[in-house]
Amino acid sequence: MLDSDFYYAFRHSPVAIVSAIVSIVLILSAVFAPFIAPYNPFDPTSLNLMNGFTPPMEPNAFTGETFLMGTDDQGRDVFSTILYGMRISLFVGFAAVLFAVVLGILLGLLAGYFGGWVDSFIMRAADVQLTFPSILVAMLIFGIAKGITPVEHRDQMAIWVLILAIGLSDWVQFARVVRGATLVEKNKDYVSAARLIGRRPSAIMLRHILPNILSPVLVIATISLALAIIAEATLSFLGVGAPPTQPSLGTLIRIGQGYLFSGEWWILFFPACTLLALALSVNMLGDWLRDVLNPRLK
Amino acid sequence: MLPFILKRVFQSILVLVITGAIAFSMFTFVGDPIDNMLGQERTMEDVERLRAQLGLDKPIPVQYFKFLNEAAQGNFGVSYRQGREVSEIIMERAPATLELAALSAVFAVVMGIALGVFTAIRRDGFAAHFIMSASLIGVSLPTFLIGILLIYLFSVELGWLPSFGRGEVVEIGGWTTGFLTESGRKALILPAITLGLYQMTLIMRLVRSEMLEVLRQDYIRFARARGLSERVINFRHALKNTMVPVITVIGLQLGAIIAFAIITETVFQWPGLGLLFINAIQFVDIPVMAAYLMMISVMFVVINLLVDILYAFIDPRLRVSAK
Repeated sequence: MLDSDFYYAFRHSPVAIVSAIVSIVLILSAVFAPFIAPYNPFDPTSLNLMNGFTPPMEPNAFTGETFLMGTDDQGRDVFSTILYGMRISLFVGFAAVLFAVVLGILLGLLAGYFGGWVDSFIMRAADVQLTFPSILVAMLIFGIAKGITPVEHRDQMAIWVLILAIGLSDWVQFARVVRGATLVEKNKDYVSAARLIGRRPSAIMLRHILPNILSPVLVIATISLALAIIAEATLSFLGVGAPPTQPSLGTLIRIGQGYLFSGEWWILFFPACTLLALALSVNMLGDWLRDVLNPRLK
Repeated sequence: MLPFILKRVFQSILVLVITGAIAFSMFTFVGDPIDNMLGQERTMEDVERLRAQLGLDKPIPVQYFKFLNEAAQGNFGVSYRQGREVSEIIMERAPATLELAALSAVFAVVMGIALGVFTAIRRDGFAAHFIMSASLIGVSLPTFLIGILLIYLFSVELGWLPSFGRGEVVEIGGWTTGFLTESGRKALILPAITLGLYQMTLIMRLVRSEMLEVLRQDYIRFARARGLSERVINFRHALKNTMVPVITVIGLQLGAIIAFAIITETVFQWPGLGLLFINAIQFVDIPVMAAYLMMISVMFVVINLLVDILYAFIDPRLRVSAK
């Protein structure tokens, strides 16, 4: 993908450069959160309740400590909770998209390669799911999965349930694209040749067809990542996502909304801005990638 | 045309059968309602009595037929959490959501078409460019952040509008309405804008691009040559011919408005069906979740079906080719 065309287009698009820089900075700071964050917000011994509600860049009235983005009600450093929260948001986003991509590719390959009732069955299921908005599907899956997990494990499982819910609500578009591309590819000579020398269908699908249809999948995956991050934030904001013990950006915004009226604006403002920067930069990068890689626009 | 409609009706029934199966398996396989309803201090007798009362001691096929039969009559049993009939709770919550959704839909359609026509006619003006850029940001913002932003501006800073609830409501024959009191009308404004904003930008962008397409056509040039006024050309000739795709999108977005009401209702603590559903998920209240799922799927299926049929009726070209 790093051929000269691609690189040339990148260097000459300010939007792409800025959004790439912003996403990379945010992703790196999430990955290296334990080294960047001045405090560990989940270590109870480092918390001091006296530090609660310290405004940004002002010394606390009791302890005299200053915090870049202030502290929340329990005296946790907002900057550190954002770094750790972004970790969870990004982890859920990446994992959910990966899950959706793998599921979509497998089902799309099966539907496109075999056709017949396999195709009808998978695509009808996709149609049924497309009848409903994906956020609603994700909520429903989350609710059902939450019901299945035992009460004492719910908080630990919440992140995985969230990945499952968002991933399952998002596979349809990948399956559709892969199925369409497979229908075109399977009639080409190289596939007939592979079939003639006796390769198994699974090998033909995964080794021969899949590498040739990956580039549209990558484009949709980038845009999906932005949507998955927003979906995760929305679910967590609604209280049906990441639990307060493992707060994502959405959970932090949910907590911060409670202080909107009492004047502690920073508890809400900084997580909201981070979410916005993250979602916007990834989204714009995805849009740009789609325009560049779309052969019809070239 | 008839085969087309029959095929769509068959597909719709299929969707309902599948969602019905999902709703039933939620009842059968998810969680133990007894655990949810009774606290830590319970006797075996309590458990057995409740199990028999909820019909959970019967074999699964019996429970399934009972479920289908009852669901068809709008009866989903008793809420695990509130201990009341689900149908009763839904009837009580429905007016709030329907009023909110209706107002948002009107806002989205009226503002969407107006702004779409405006940005198409004055496509090079400063205002049109500004509206188009603003709409891009509006589409990328998550709904709940828009809601919080509006609350911050109009409730916290300016103090003009309430930030939660429905205000005072008047009850008319089992229907509660907020339209008749001042506080009720004020409470509707922010949630309705939050809910309708995304649909408004969608309709606006669609109307704009369709208008630009139509305004290039020969018959518009001919209408100008006949000396018709700009107003007649824009609204009678151009706008009318953009309506086919716009009506489709409006129809499909009506369902989306009901679904996205879940988010808006949570931000504004609006006592409607969406908030009911979210609370049901949080407390794993299966009867309420199942009832909401069935209700929403019936609504989506009916809307999709109507839009498809309407589409065939509105566009004469489709009617001819279908024959």
